[in-house]
Amino acid sequence: MKEPIIIELRNVSKVFGDMTAVDDINLAIKKGEFVTLLGPSGCGKSTTLRMIAGFDMPTQGQIFLNGEDITNLPPYQRPVNTVFQRYALFPYLDVYDNIAFGLKLKKIKEKVIDRHGQEVEVTRKLTQEEIDDKVTKALKMVDLEEFEWRDIATLSGGQQQRVAIARAIVNEPEILLLDEPLGALDLKMRQEMQLELKDMHKKLGITFIYVTHDQEEALTMSDTIVVMKDGMIQQIGSPVDVYNEPKNAFVADFIGESNIYNATYLGDKKVRFLGQVFTCVDDFEKNEKVDVVIRPEDIRLCPASEGMVVGKIISKIFKGVHYEYTMMVGKNEVIIQDTRDIPEMDKIGITIAPDMIHIMKKVITENIYLGHIDKNNNVCFANGVFEADITQLQQDSRVDEDGYLVDAKGLKYDLTDVDVQVSIDFNAIGIIDNEEDGEVAGEIVSIIYKGDHYKVIVRTSDEEDFVVDTEYSWNEHDRVSVYIAKKDIRLKLKGDIKDHVKA
Amino acid sequence: MSKLSFRFSRKYLAIPYAVFLLCFIIVPLLLIIYYAFTNGGGEFSLNNLNKFFTDPTKLNVLFVSLLIGFMNTAICLIIGYPLAYFLASKRYNINKIMVLLFIMPMWINFVLRTGATRDLLVWIGLGGGHYPILATMIGMAYNYLPFVILPLYTTMLKMDQSLIEAASDLGATPKQVFFKTVVPLSSPGIVSAATMVFMPTMSSYVISDVLSEGQIILFGNSIYLNFSQGQWNDGSFMAFVLLVIILVSMLFTKNVKKDEDARGSIW
Repeated sequence: MKEPIIIELRNVSKVFGDMTAVDDINLAIKKGEFVTLLGPSGCGKSTTLRMIAGFDMPTQGQIFLNGEDITNLPPYQRPVNTVFQRYALFPYLDVYDNIAFGLKLKKIKEKVIDRHGQEVEVTRKLTQEEIDDKVTKALKMVDLEEFEWRDIATLSGGQQQRVAIARAIVNEPEILLLDEPLGALDLKMRQEMQLELKDMHKKLGITFIYVTHDQEEALTMSDTIVVMKDGMIQQIGSPVDVYNEPKNAFVADFIGESNIYNATYLGDKKVRFLGQVFTCVDDFEKNEKVDVVIRPEDIRLCPASEGMVVGKIISKIFKGVHYEYTMMVGKNEVIIQDTRDIPEMDKIGITIAPDMIHIMKKVITENIYLGHIDKNNNVCFANGVFEADITQLQQDSRVDEDGYLVDAKGLKYDLTDVDVQVSIDFNAIGIIDNEEDGEVAGEIVSIIYKGDHYKVIVRTSDEEDFVVDTEYSWNEHDRVSVYIAKKDIRLKLKGDIKDHVKA
Repeated sequence: MSKLSFRFSRKYLAIPYAVFLLCFIIVPLLLIIYYAFTNGGGEFSLNNLNKFFTDPTKLNVLFVSLLIGFMNTAICLIIGYPLAYFLASKRYNINKIMVLLFIMPMWINFVLRTGATRDLLVWIGLGGGHYPILATMIGMAYNYLPFVILPLYTTMLKMDQSLIEAASDLGATPKQVFFKTVVPLSSPGIVSAATMVFMPTMSSYVISDVLSEGQIILFGNSIYLNFSQGQWNDGSFMAFVLLVIILVSMLFTKNVKKDEDARGSIW
């Protein structure tokens, strides 16, 4: 049965100052669904929720509730209620009055027969008995009977959370918004509450919109997961879909553990990664660069002679139900979950079934690599060592004579072996005919004429690609090398620079 | 024989304060109580008590003082509360200069300020000669307004915005949010502000003396008058009455603020 859409966000954006928190999102949520907005902190999930609640007004776009535009409606006129992250219970009221807060303000419409015998509609407040009745029911729902007269300050975190939930559901909202409601609870309590919330959703039958950064929570509870990043929706789907068929490398990485590799689609359901050719089930364009995602539990360990790929196990951790093995294949790490206890061997093989290889399109707007900074403040990526300006990692900084980065306040940073994301524009890479003259050698695998320039792809022996915009024509299969000017290498730290302050 | 040695321990740091406490707080307090319950000859007597509660002039002073104290507290709160609310909202008060402007009168010399107020009131025709109560009230409110704004402003700054959002989420209109959430949340500030205005108003004497041109006699004036005329016992008993009123008002406000200890209010 198809449920009608209860709330719809159309081209909604929210800008704070010069920061875009939510970037042109479209989202339709069906009545009765349990929807989770999932993403890392700062991805815009809370802002999206706050716009649905009415605390923040969208900078652009519209929000529809049951087909009616509610974009400019204040929170108190919206039939939605929120469970806040840190409960937001009124400290000056006891449990009963906290829960009854909304009921006491509520006005209901009622049809009565007036003294002329005609039916008229009147608005009235709820009577004390009605309020009592509803509060008692809500308390029962959250398992807090006989807590009515307790002071908020005397309740534990979990109990306060329950009061907050009761306070929201007692108003019988059409949508219940939950903003990381279990964030402050310990693990055991959290798991218990997850199941209870799921149960409550079933009993109440109303729409739940749940915000969390915890992928496990999202997978456990939701009917639909909305994965967000940088204010944009990455994927909308059921937990099974999002887990098994992630749309891009970010979703794959964020939801569950995964092995993600650069790969090349060779055509005819063949894909190459980890230096081998695998059979897969997806169809892509021949020679297209793709991301391959394989879940650790989908890889099987086997004797080296039977393996599709052979590598060396470098670590083995017991995780309760299974062992987690880390294997090195060349320079790539492969994480494998296997219930069998296999001795650590130098040579062991793995097999991957064709339908376990998830291939995702790569959208490239610039060359992006993962690299690290070496002790000479050069950047190593894509098999090469490049000179780069590391002062861009911190404002107003310089490099001192010992090679440490010093910022305006005189703080020293030791960036040796720190991981960075390297990005380079297509037109900032130069190609040289000779394999030895540039920084990294490779083979030209594709050349496409784009009107006024050629888009050339230089591929290294490690399946790393350099996409180059150039005005010169090259031939496919030419062996060349590439060079990049120091100023064109843009670096972004993976993590916080404060972690690298030199003591 | 063992040598006398001095071992420094942390408790010795309290000595200067203990001396101060003894000389300037405990001894004077005891002196007040001593004078309040003795006669001129130094013998115990309840004469002062009888005199105070049978003298209509003195009871009148007490009544007027209480009245002006209440009125001033009310006026200061009525003016100061919305002002503090406005100042604490980040939308209107970005760099806190406004707060400074409103508490600046505190920095100007008190005698000068009061003298100027009197001249100004006389100049616009509201001088104490014709309107003693009005002039006194204007001067009082002017002087004590900063003491109301500051504690209220601090409480409101610390107010949890998510509670206000929660109220609005539960269906409260902006007006209901104000009365059902903002006011209860700021009640510790209100109590602080009221205590900081009420008692000092009752015992102040320069403001009422200067502005009413000697027509309104408050408790403070009366005590001063008694002492300057050599009636130490009567003056001390009046000071004792004031002390009792303070204690009673403290007991009264303690209940309201029972969970506000952490906020570090001055009482």
